[in-house]
Order: sequence, then structure tokens, then C-alpha cells
Amino acid sequence: MTATIDVHGLAKRFGDLQAVRDVSLQVQPGELFGVLGPNGSGKSTTIRMLCGVIDPTAGSGTVLGLDLLRESEAIKRGIGYMTQSFSLYSDLSVGENLRFWSGVHGLGFLRVGDRIREQLARYHLTDRTGQIAGTLSGGWRQRLALACATIHRPQLLVLDEPTAGVDPVSRREFWQLIGSLVRDGTTVLCSTHYMDEAERFDRMAFIFQGRLLGTGTPAELAASAGLSVAEGVVAEAADMADRLRTDPRIVEAAVHGRILRVVARDPAALPEGLQPVRTTIEDAFISLSALEPGPRT
Amino acid sequence: MNRLLAVAWKELMHLRRDRLSLAMIVLLPTVQFLVFGFAIDTDVRHVPLAVLDRDVTQESRDLVRRLEATTYYHDIGAVGGYDEANRALREGLVGAVLVIPPDYAAAVAAGQPRSVQLLVDGSDPMTVGSTTGAASGLARSLSEALLHVEVDLRYNPQQISAVYIVPGLVGVILTFTLVLMTALAIAREREHGTIEGLVVSPIRPWELIGGKLAPYVVIGYVQMTLVLGLGSLLFNIHPGPGVVGLYAVALLFIAANLAVGLVFSTIARTQGQAMQLAVFFLLPNILLSGFMFPIAAMPDGIRQATEILPLTHFLRVVRGIVLKGASLTDLWGEIAALAGLLGGLLVLATLRVRKRLA
Repeated sequence: MTATIDVHGLAKRFGDLQAVRDVSLQVQPGELFGVLGPNGSGKSTTIRMLCGVIDPTAGSGTVLGLDLLRESEAIKRGIGYMTQSFSLYSDLSVGENLRFWSGVHGLGFLRVGDRIREQLARYHLTDRTGQIAGTLSGGWRQRLALACATIHRPQLLVLDEPTAGVDPVSRREFWQLIGSLVRDGTTVLCSTHYMDEAERFDRMAFIFQGRLLGTGTPAELAASAGLSVAEGVVAEAADMADRLRTDPRIVEAAVHGRILRVVARDPAALPEGLQPVRTTIEDAFISLSALEPGPRT
Repeated sequence: MNRLLAVAWKELMHLRRDRLSLAMIVLLPTVQFLVFGFAIDTDVRHVPLAVLDRDVTQESRDLVRRLEATTYYHDIGAVGGYDEANRALREGLVGAVLVIPPDYAAAVAAGQPRSVQLLVDGSDPMTVGSTTGAASGLARSLSEALLHVEVDLRYNPQQISAVYIVPGLVGVILTFTLVLMTALAIAREREHGTIEGLVVSPIRPWELIGGKLAPYVVIGYVQMTLVLGLGSLLFNIHPGPGVVGLYAVALLFIAANLAVGLVFSTIARTQGQAMQLAVFFLLPNILLSGFMFPIAAMPDGIRQATEILPLTHFLRVVRGIVLKGASLTDLWGEIAALAGLLGGLLVLATLRVRKRLA
């Protein structure tokens, strides 16, 4: 089976700024694939290259089996795309937004056709067809945005920070909707800077300063950092944390109330009396990014 | 093509929801028409006149009556001396003072050259032009000149300002609404972040732009028809059969304005900036296109610069067709200039849009 996304050595330079360097990715059909990184790490640029919106300055590959450089128009037809701004027209009604995106994908806009009715039903928007999109609450807007982005039944759905600035309840509902799309066979590529969302991905990639730090399942990535993590209640936690931070083997020493949590590259560096705990994606990311050379800009 | 139509449909839906913009499409031309057509008259008449008559004879009174009969002056009475005359001018009570010397009647009787003095408030050039023009006209008719010049004023014999202004208004209104609306249309997508989704969609730049502009071409024609209709109804300015050609040339002009709006929309990041750019563009159009002030009166460099405004050429076309009954072949030079400007603007707009969407 050919990979849905298969790219090698992608790079993008804007003038003097090397936004992305040497990114190679393989995303298999039906995967929920995450791209994790802080703001300004090159996530959006990578995604825009994969969508055929901007040409890479180096590298090559295929998306949906289509050549990234020569068949970008066909790629655009095959993918669904949603950003944090949702690309909704807030002065148009729910039905009109769906009709417009249906028209953009050549599925007709003159009336509410079968495809639009299906989307309305799937996202429970039927009762709100006539409501102006701008009056919808955050969660409903997100549903509508997803309904618009998937109106043409794309094989690949690309989400660029879809949950940024959305309340926790809506975020959960959103991931349930994404889960049902994945179960139906849609491949999903999603970028986020929320580390706590990482566990939801089948596989994921870390991006930092335009460079790929690693790919794998969340568990693999957490393990690949080779970290030992422990936490526990200690007296004078703050002072102990300060002392630990001077040790180069310590990645992080954090105090949450009376609890001290220590992340170390070498288990011998951990202080006595703490319980070992699981390495999180965030621990792994912080450890990997700290090893990166160059200024943190 | 289908995608282009989807964009055009969406623009119309936006307009349908935006009651204010919808009203402006009709209200703006109507209000501007009424203001420019009725209120603005560059031919100043009924200037209040005071007379300092130091002759007080049948002949001097006769002169005042003749001056009044030109309708450019409105006699509001006599002043006793120079001091009073100066004060009346300074306070703005009168626009001009006629000073008749004591020997006026005697000079008339003797058949000698006689002279009178007209003190004019020079702070308003328009008033000066009309009043001194009328006075020298009267002087010419009183003198027994050997050379008689018969002036035949064509196309607007009564020199009614509205006749001159109203056809030009077609161009000014199209410039304003079309540049503003297109500049806003793309700035709005950017401001709301919806442009992101469009960029990743299968929509091509020309489909997006074509779809955005198509409704405004129709709106341009609606406004043009409205102004021409009002002109015909209220000022008896009937365009005649040449109007068909005018509608054809108008497409070049409308397209040129849309291209200007498009370039602005690639520069502006917000709708507020787009609006400022449109207003910034409108001012030179009103002042330099020949809409209000004759281009012939402008200094050398400026006169050539006015040629780069599409409105300058469209005004000549619309006045030529509506007022002079000119044919398209009479105006081919202006049409070619308009087409050339449109071509240049389209290249500029395409380059800018490509750059912005990438």
C-alpha cells in the first residue's frame, strides 16, 4: 500500500530565513498523524508545502500518490483543509457556507443538495441550516468548519492548529468527530502546539526550529528520548529544584505545589525518595529540543 | 467556471446581508447626483452689488440697470463713499462695488470714452471670473466697437453647470464605489482569515478574482444607468443613440477601476486601510481628471500626469458621447488610452495577487 504522504528532504527558505530544513515524512492511509512543535517552528510552512500551496526550495515527494511539485492542483482537489480561523463566512448562514464550499469543489452551490444534507446530518447541524454562522458558539463553529472542509469527502484531511483557542469541552468533542472520520478511513494530518493532545495521535513528528527531531508513535517518541522521570512530595521542593537545575544531566526540575517533578537523562541524577513515573511527550520534546544547537529564536 | 460562479454567488450573499452597502449602491449615486447637479454651479450669479454713484444722473442709473439685467448682479443699494464701500466688501455684505465717477453723464453726452470702476471681492476666484466676465461683456456691448465678434457656444449654450457635471458624475461615482468595494472584498477575506481556506482549495486565482469582480461589474452598470436616467429625467440631458457605445466603453473603464481596487486590496491588510487607499485615490480623480477643473489650466507636468487616470479619458468619452453626440470613432484615441491603461493595471494586479496568495 502506498503512503498517503511520502516526502523526502523538504526545505523552504524565505529570503534569509530557513523556515524548514530537511523534513522527510511518511504517513500511511488511515493514520491520525500529528505534527507537534511550538509556535514559529515551521509547522504551518511544512503543512502548506504538503498541501501544494507553496513550492519547497528543496526536496520532493508525493501526496495522495501525486507529485508534490508537478501535480499540486490535483493535490488541492483531493485534500480537505481547516485552520484555526475556520475559513467560515460569519455573515453567511450555515447552509450558505456549506453551499459555497460545495461550489468551490465543483459539487454545485445553487441548492442544498444531497451531499450538503448528509454533512448537515452528520454534524448535527440540520436544525441550524438557516442560522448565521457568526452567531454560532465556538463548538458549533468548529463543527461547521469541519463539515465545510470535508464536503468533498477528501481522502486526506489537513488540520492546522484546529483546536487553538477552543475551550476544553469543544476540543474533546472535536477529537471525537475526528476519530469518527479516521474510523471511516480518512487520513488526518494535524498540527498542534498542545502537547497534551499528542496522546491522541497514531503517530507523530516533532518539529523544532524548522527541523524534524523525530517521528514515531507517542510511546516510541517518549521512549526514544531515553529519559527517567520521577516525582514526589519533598520538603523545600523549590530549593531542591534550584540545586538540581545546575546538574547538566537534569532536563527539567519543576515544582507543582509541594510536588517536585524531575526529568533526567541519567537515572543516577534523580534524587532519593521520588517515585518513578511515565515519560510524557512534553518531557521528550523539551529534552530533544534542548539538545538542538543554535539560538532559540 | 463553476467555481467562479460560486464565488460570485457568495459575494452577492455577502451584499444581501450587508444592508448598508446594498443601500449605498443606489444612495451614493443618487445623493451625489443631487448635490453636484443642483447645488454646485460654477457660473456664479446674483452677486450682491453696491453702487457708489458720484454722478447721480439718468445715465448713471441706466448703467446700473443694465448691469443688473445681466443677472450676474443683484443691486442691494448705494453706498456713500469709499470708506463705506470698503467696509461692505470686507464684511462680505457685497461681492462687488460699482464706482461711477462724477463726470460720467458728461462724457456720455460728449461721446468721449468713459470709465467706471468695479471693486471686486477677489477672495473667491469663481465669483471673480463670473462677475468681471459679465462686466466686460457689458462694456463691450456699450462701446461702439468696430469689430463685432459673434460667439456661438456649442453643446451647452446656456453654460449650465449641471450639463457639464452630470455626465462626468457617471465616471466619478463608478471610480469611487468600484475601487472601494473591490479593495474591501479581498481585504475582508484576509482580515477574517478566510483567505487561508481559499488558498488551499482547488480554486484558481483567476476564478477567485473573476468571481469577486463579476458582481461589481453589474453594480457599476446599475449605477451608471441610474445617473444617466436621473440626468435625463431632471436635467433633460439625453444621451442619444451613442449610449450603446458608451456602455461598451464603460466596460473598459469599470474593469480598470476594479483592477485598481484589486491592487489596493493586495496592499491593504485590513478593511480600514483599504478604505483609506480608496479615498486617497478618489481625491486626485476629482481634482485632476477634468471633472471639476479644466485640465488646460493645470501646469505642464500635472497636465501630462492626469493622462494616467482612467477617469480623465472616460470623462472625455462620456462628455463626447452624451453632450456632443460624438461617435466611438471620433473618440478612438481616448478609448485606446483607456484600453492601454486597463492592460497595464491588469498586469500589475495579476502580479500583485500572485505574490500575495503565495
